[in-house]
Amino acid sequence: MAKHFYITKEPIDINAVVKNVTHPHAGAINTFIGTVREMTKGKRTLFLEYDAYIPMAEKKLEQIGSEVNSRWKEARVSIVHRIGRLEISDIAVAIAVSTPHRADSYEASRYAIERIKEIVPIWKKEHWEDGEEWIGDQLEKTVYPSGKPGKEHLYD
Amino acid sequence: MINVLLFAGLQEKVGKSEILVDKDILTIDELVSHIREIESRLDLTNVMVAVNEELVNDPDQVIRAGDTVALLPPVSGG
Repeated sequence: MAKHFYITKEPIDINAVVKNVTHPHAGAINTFIGTVREMTKGKRTLFLEYDAYIPMAEKKLEQIGSEVNSRWKEARVSIVHRIGRLEISDIAVAIAVSTPHRADSYEASRYAIERIKEIVPIWKKEHWEDGEEWIGDQLEKTVYPSGKPGKEHLYD
Repeated sequence: MINVLLFAGLQEKVGKSEILVDKDILTIDELVSHIREIESRLDLTNVMVAVNEELVNDPDQVIRAGDTVALLPPVSGG
């Protein structure tokens, strides 16, 4: 069986992620695709760089899959996050959720992306024309210079 | 000897992906104090410690040689 939860350095193949959750009992497949945005609060991003603690990150993605399954019993989930250098519009994360009915697939997908931003050890570095910085929290509100996290974090 | 893995901003600040701590047993709290001494450039405010790929919230939890320890800044994936 293809891996359902993983970190990759290669471009994400969204069709492969969808295929992971395709199932005869499903009546809906919801996909979330997170892409690299050029403009954040008026500032132009040139490119992003992602780092991850890969073994733990994959374990936490699997944990999110289990959490989804405990809330939406019949859901099938696959989550892939890319790391390394990503250009504008590249896919950073892809989530596919299949469920028998559509409402659950939307809710479960939303749940999964919010949890990724809370518990998965992946870090994003913004590169701008006039500098670069590791982003300090998953709500994209706190920016801190390298090695100087802000006061907020959302770990459980 | 305990290897402590570094990522993102912490890794850049130190210029390497791990720190070797010359101890065989110590608590999370002792580890953090020790790293503050040997790598004074690092600001560990809000940095979490993961032991064997799980976050540890108890500063008194004991780490032994052979455990996989990592310092995790607040995450920003997605």
